[in-house]
Amino acid sequence: MSQSASTMGNEKVTSSRRNFLKTAATLTVATVGYSWLKSSQILVYAAEPKDVTLPWYGIAIDIKKCIACGSCAKACKSENDVPKEPFFFRNWVEQYTVKNDGSVDIVSPNGGIDGFVQRVPDEEIFKSFFVPKMCNHCAKSPCEQVCPVGATFLSPEGVVLVDEKYCIGCRYCVQACPYGCRFIHPVKKVANKCTLCYHRLKKNLAPACMEVCPTGARMYGNLRDKNSDLVKFLKEHTTQVLRANLNTGAKLYYNELSSEVR
Amino acid sequence: MKLYIPPQIPRLAIAFAAFISLFLVARHFLVPDTFGKYGPYRAAAMDDYAALEIHYSGQEACFECHQNIEDLKKTDVHSELHCETCHGPGQKHVLSSLPADILKPTGREFCGKCHILNAAKQKDAINQIDLTKHNIGKNCIECHNPHQPWEMKK
Repeated sequence: MSQSASTMGNEKVTSSRRNFLKTAATLTVATVGYSWLKSSQILVYAAEPKDVTLPWYGIAIDIKKCIACGSCAKACKSENDVPKEPFFFRNWVEQYTVKNDGSVDIVSPNGGIDGFVQRVPDEEIFKSFFVPKMCNHCAKSPCEQVCPVGATFLSPEGVVLVDEKYCIGCRYCVQACPYGCRFIHPVKKVANKCTLCYHRLKKNLAPACMEVCPTGARMYGNLRDKNSDLVKFLKEHTTQVLRANLNTGAKLYYNELSSEVR
Repeated sequence: MKLYIPPQIPRLAIAFAAFISLFLVARHFLVPDTFGKYGPYRAAAMDDYAALEIHYSGQEACFECHQNIEDLKKTDVHSELHCETCHGPGQKHVLSSLPADILKPTGREFCGKCHILNAAKQKDAINQIDLTKHNIGKNCIECHNPHQPWEMKK
């Protein structure tokens, strides 16, 4: 150090050139190395699928059209072998009744599968409506974020799925879902939820609940395709998602949603 | 200028290298093949779902044989209804063609699932029937043809 300090004038030029070359070489190697690591995904996972050739699925439900026949909830159970007992639902229908005194009556007998019997007399009703519920297939889903083993994930098509071979059945996602759309399968002991009938989508068939809906209250479609029926519906109507304040990126849009719906 | 390296550093380096290579070998065998293809999950899980069998065939499959019902249905208010809304999952019947593999619902309660009177339904959305008053004791299909509800049976 003392030597270099005494001949500083001469050393300075060669030293800085060498340092410059060293730094340049290091940066080049680091950049090339990082891009190689990124492409091979050893260190960095793609945060969001950017493959725009795939559809990005969304759902719309027109509350005005729902007559609560329960076909959707029943078809879902048949199509996806969901346990038949009540309390295991991938989708279900609720009846909200706002009474004249302002109180709200909410019922969902067996998820609406057996139909509804009006239990509030006509003269007490201010307004009443049905709300079909199902997984919102959130783009930033809480259930995916809390999964400790990476069993729940958002597919490149925007469908939230559970890897049944990976799930350890810890129930964290059941707690995390603000829409109550998950349950633990009583036989498999792993988390279970709506898959938007992923197996049907792959065969170009509509999800079972959409297939059987008699009034066309439910629809699904590709949000990336600006000419799809779904995007057209969203443009033509004033739609709203449930619990928008939670910023879950929900992709289930309700038309004519009342503020009473939770 | 000679850099002084304490003797424990090379030994530690060897130990580290051994641990890291052990980790990489273990990781290679423990991480499933398709993990990380699209993100931090097993991409093959999507194939598992895609391979599931369908139970609802979709009404195009129905009309391949039941062309007459399609023509009948087109003419009346049930034209927008898909077959499987009432008849239930049809894929088994599509494959076997056996009448036993498809549902033929009868009874007032079944029709009532859609048509029962309820204040929550929009007035123009559907014809609502008070099951406690409308032709008590008679089955709906005694008068109405479900494929053509307003062509009353004689």
